[in-house]
Amino acid sequence: MKETYSVFDIIGPRMIGPSSSHTAGAVRIAKVARHVAHYDVAEATFTLYESFAETGKGHGTDKALVAGILGMEPDDGRIRDAYEIAAEHGVLVDMIYTDEPSPSEQPNTVRIQTVSSDGTKNELIGVSVGGGKILITEINGLDVEVTGEYPTMVIRLQDKPGVIAELSTVLAEMDINIAYMKVFRHEKGEDDFVTVETDLKISDDLLKVIRERCASILNVITV
Amino acid sequence: MTLKEAFESGEALRAYCQENHVSIAEAMQRREVQTSERGRAEIREEMYKNLVVMRESVYEGLTRKQQPVSGLTGGDAHLLFKYGKYNPYSGSNACRAAAAAMAVVEVNASMGKICAAPTAGASGVLPGVLIESARERDWTDEQLVDALFTAGAIGLIFARNATISGAGGGCQAETGVASAMAAAAIVELSGGAPIQALDAAAMTIKNILGLICDPVAGLVECPCIKRNALGAVNALICADMALAGITSLIPFDEVVATMLTVGKDIRSEYRETAKGGLATTPTGKLVAERVRRVRGDK
Repeated sequence: MKETYSVFDIIGPRMIGPSSSHTAGAVRIAKVARHVAHYDVAEATFTLYESFAETGKGHGTDKALVAGILGMEPDDGRIRDAYEIAAEHGVLVDMIYTDEPSPSEQPNTVRIQTVSSDGTKNELIGVSVGGGKILITEINGLDVEVTGEYPTMVIRLQDKPGVIAELSTVLAEMDINIAYMKVFRHEKGEDDFVTVETDLKISDDLLKVIRERCASILNVITV
Repeated sequence: MTLKEAFESGEALRAYCQENHVSIAEAMQRREVQTSERGRAEIREEMYKNLVVMRESVYEGLTRKQQPVSGLTGGDAHLLFKYGKYNPYSGSNACRAAAAAMAVVEVNASMGKICAAPTAGASGVLPGVLIESARERDWTDEQLVDALFTAGAIGLIFARNATISGAGGGCQAETGVASAMAAAAIVELSGGAPIQALDAAAMTIKNILGLICDPVAGLVECPCIKRNALGAVNALICADMALAGITSLIPFDEVVATMLTVGKDIRSEYRETAKGGLATTPTGKLVAERVRRVRGDK
């Protein structure tokens, strides 16, 4: 890493203060929650843990989270007015500062629960790991490791031999380059979960084709 | 010597510049073009965008009273800037640079837009020194972009061979490195040789070696804002010393190595954790308690 430092790692990034882990990181986590909710968030409840709960208010982490759920970028100058903008858009937000231990076992952690306009509920746990980088550790009760740096699909597959091969064949045939791929399952006989990070964003149309061609896919969340 | 090797140490960088008859800023751009596979115009444009944000953050902080979310600070930059017009003891240029440096960190604390250099907490030093010095000396934006590449090269060596994070090495690694970057940048802009720029950088760190990171309530405000003012003035005096022909007895690379050793020896209470220093003074604790109590409000 140190060998590949760019001059822009030293002069930059251009960012909203006061700290990349409290502002940019928080915006990014909430943006993932917005993706998971298919850009439709009517209500959002944020539970802040450990250092997010301790110093988040003073760092404006709460505003950054609200900004992210509204779809703002980490360098948006309106982050400081996020509560007012949420109110204008009729998005209900609730901020809970808790003393309970972090579900990710890391500091700077937030749980985001969203309700969409049709009543659909989604939930994720995200960690701001420093320098504006994030790690999503759980989506809808499922343990994942998503950095959000690449377009990511979280795919639920039937647990049977050959499903991973089938999936990767379909992606290869569609000329989708896999940057990273991770397979896991909770218990034997339960469904497999695969996170696939790709070079290109997967559009809804593309996703439809993938689902049609890969019969073992039970469910897909795109991030 | 290859470009890759040129950024392994200050001495390597100096040797590369001498061998190829180029400035530090030129060497930095050549390396960035090589590693990023982007064109020179593109990286200069990218750096120019950083300059624009730096200038806007100085302007914003000096002309409008900033209101950090904590309610602890804000407005000091403006006070110093106004006062600086009336024959200040530190000199009007130094006073303005210090005020501008504070302005940027106040903007940062108020969730405004800044350019990290090398971090958000130390983001005031470089714009404070560059933007305010440029005012008197009519430096063009092209020259200022060059200066940012010089500064970046110095910061890169600190990042590679030591650390640029308060959690890693205390405040010396943040506002200290920012001052070293700023000092080197204006030395080179003023026609100083690479060795003079490196000496200026070495002297700034020597001046504040061992400075701890002890933010009150864990926020990037007290003492960070005023330490950016110190960082700006430290950079100016070290640049002046280097341009006057004063050298650093301890060479740049040895100062970098020492900063890392000292940084590791600084107990974790004094490395951004807010568990020591000013953060745990009676007043510091009181303020922290107050900030914590407002956290439920909106």
